[in-house]
Amino acid sequence: MSILVVENLSISFNQYTESLKQKNVNVISSLNVTLEEGEILAVVGASGSGKSLLAHAILGILPNNANISGTISYDGEILTAARQASLRGTEIALIPQSVNYLDPLMRVGNQVRNSVKVGDAVAAQRKVFERLRLKSGVENMYPFQLSGGMARRTLLSTAIVSGAKVIIADEPTPGLDPVVIKEALENFREFADNGCAVMLITHDIESALTIADKIAVFYAGTTVEIAPVENFNGDGEALRHPYSKALWRALPQNEFIPIPGSQPRPNNLPSGCLFAPRCPIATLECELAQPEMRELRNGRVRCIHAT
Amino acid sequence: MQLEAKNIGFRYGDGPWLFQGVNFTVKPGEIVGLTAPSGRGKTTFCRILAGYEKPLEGSITIEGLPVPTRGFHPVQLIFQHPEKAVNPRWKMEKVLSEGEKPDPELLDLLGIEQEWLTRWPNELSGGELQRFCVARALGSNPHFLIADEMTTMLDAITQAQIWYAVLEIAKKRKMGIIIVSHEEKLMQRLCHRVVELKSF
Ligand SMILES: Nc1ncnc2c1ncn2[C@@H]1O[C@H](COP(=O)(O)OP(=O)(O)O)[C@@H](O)[C@H]1O
Ligand code: SF4
Ligand SMILES: [Mg+2]
Repeated sequence: MSILVVENLSISFNQYTESLKQKNVNVISSLNVTLEEGEILAVVGASGSGKSLLAHAILGILPNNANISGTISYDGEILTAARQASLRGTEIALIPQSVNYLDPLMRVGNQVRNSVKVGDAVAAQRKVFERLRLKSGVENMYPFQLSGGMARRTLLSTAIVSGAKVIIADEPTPGLDPVVIKEALENFREFADNGCAVMLITHDIESALTIADKIAVFYAGTTVEIAPVENFNGDGEALRHPYSKALWRALPQNEFIPIPGSQPRPNNLPSGCLFAPRCPIATLECELAQPEMRELRNGRVRCIHAT
Repeated sequence: MQLEAKNIGFRYGDGPWLFQGVNFTVKPGEIVGLTAPSGRGKTTFCRILAGYEKPLEGSITIEGLPVPTRGFHPVQLIFQHPEKAVNPRWKMEKVLSEGEKPDPELLDLLGIEQEWLTRWPNELSGGELQRFCVARALGSNPHFLIADEMTTMLDAITQAQIWYAVLEIAKKRKMGIIIVSHEEKLMQRLCHRVVELKSF
């Protein structure tokens, strides 16, 4: 069942230009994703494609100068700011990208215990630390005493003990040992198998493939494709969008061949399809309007020529 | 122009030795991968190779001469997090000219767009910033480049773009490259040989 539905989400920021004029910069445009109970949705895409902003929009922690349109609903009801505040950390948990989200003045053991809603908080914290290979002394440390990998595992622990139904993990693995990465990924799979919905934001497609059910591919602030995980295979012929195919082929284990150019910047978005300037199969029609997301072969795609 | 590390030993303060008796050589034009479990001191070893940190034991030489620690750095180092490697108060143009004057062909090869030069670092994405760090490092014509998790935070297309540019330049200049990455597939793709950092 769908537990979290993001529909037509657009986010823009008011920014002052050098001449002190106010300008509205679109960073996310008509984005759609759905999280299902018992499933892991991996979100992949270049840095700056809007992955973290989506996470922050769901949690209701965007900065004040953000303008939001579209809807996010949780458990069948619209997520209002008040509802977001009450669900944050209890039903919807974020494992943030930046380790700076840890409270610098609180021992990390206490931070994790604060997230335990039922049962023995100390026992729960110790159990999760052991599972993630954090030595017993770590609970008494302050964030500045932790290595990057230890800080990440602390953030992960907080989500694990929270008992949340929706877990959003924003790039949880960089800087971790392969052994700990595997452990963390298995934890996500376990969450999902217990009925949680997990959104795993990552640029590591290979890891995502080992545990995810579906993959959402982001480009320049929107979803270009949502595909079942098994479509990421061979030379990408089962994928729908030219960008997803290019991303897949650029992996070192595949062809390692990059397409030229770079993702457009938010202040300089093309008027039609956002991928048109780099698309090998673009036609004039592609530049007329941003394509709508549509159903295609058991997945979704935002491309008029996809088959 | 061979880069040679002989009998290198290092530890922080009076902590345990991170490594001791490490021998490591890279020839011009050679691409060597360096692996070790995390915490074993790969980044420290890279800093020593580049002359940013003095080894407590052993020596680093290029063509038999010590690696200079001031002025021209013949061994350039690029890290995982470009945002930590650029001055946030400088526009990109100035960040770049910290090295030699940037060669337009190099900028082109790295896919750096003119418009980006007028931006502040916080206006660029990680992939865009890392291209600048590579351009800055290559601008000074180093003999060796150390890529310590250089593309770990980047998407596959940006990663491949940057590596293509670096490999092309390495080939042209006979520059040696040392690659640290936890990504096995990337190492297999790029390296002529892979060695494990360990004490002997
Ligand atoms: N507070 C902000 N003000 C203006 N632009 C922002 C702000 N936060 C993020 N952005 C821009 O929004 C875009 C998407 O950012 P982000 O969600 O962090 O991308 P990702 O997580 O995919 O790397 C980027 O171009 C970024 O520069
Ligand atoms: S709509 Fe056109 S430009 Fe956009 S991805 Fe499809 S083919 Fe390419
Ligand atoms: Mg992000």
